[in-house]
Amino acid sequence: MKTPRFRHVAASLLLGLGMAASCGCANTNLVRVRPWERATLADYTMRPDRDPLATANSEHVYFSRESATGGRGVGGSGCGCN
Amino acid sequence: MSLRSELLLAAGVGLLVVTARADVKVGDSFPSLPAAGLTGGALPDTAGRVVLVDFWASWCAPCKASFPAYAKLQADYAARGLVIVAVSVDEDPAAYAAFVKRMHPPFATLHDHTQQLVRQVQVPAMPTCYLIGRDGRVRVVRQGFHGEDSERELRKEINTLLAENPATS
Repeated sequence: MKTPRFRHVAASLLLGLGMAASCGCANTNLVRVRPWERATLADYTMRPDRDPLATANSEHVYFSRESATGGRGVGGSGCGCN
Repeated sequence: MSLRSELLLAAGVGLLVVTARADVKVGDSFPSLPAAGLTGGALPDTAGRVVLVDFWASWCAPCKASFPAYAKLQADYAARGLVIVAVSVDEDPAAYAAFVKRMHPPFATLHDHTQQLVRQVQVPAMPTCYLIGRDGRVRVVRQGFHGEDSERELRKEINTLLAENPATS
């Protein structure tokens, strides 16, 4: 016959397993891209600067809005003279 | 058993399940290469030798940079008992084949086409190389490849492992 103590321990173990399974952390396939699974992420098309025209447009919007040239890696004084 | 103890036990079990990992660390036995079902060529004899297992992929730029360095290591240390096994984790067999054809590495470059071995090892980054001693135990785990610095440190570690126990063959 099972004692109340045994039942408590068994219930705790089940609760622990349930917590691990339900929190989503136990299933690593849900959110984590493993290092060996990053072929698509490493593709050239995933680069934000893959399109020179889009990059130039983005730069233009940036320096027009900020009134400063050279904020993105190009030497400039930030004098607002553009 | 008090309620507090029960909750602590439950949290402990949950944490244990969540953090349970099977990654290969220094001191562990490396999984069997023949059992991993690697394709793309013959697996060299590794018994009693110092083995460098490198996990690479065709889409990984540092992996590409590491190949000339491994070629030099192969030329300098193969006669003394170093075996290099480069394991591709490419999902696309054509990408693996094209990379090998382009690079012409002088060491074994095999394909873990089912990604069985890499899952078993749980590599932390690409590339990662494992230096395995003559006893089959992992002695060094090196993440990434940083040019001459990595090569210099690898040479030091390989020299140490080769000097530990001369090949009996």
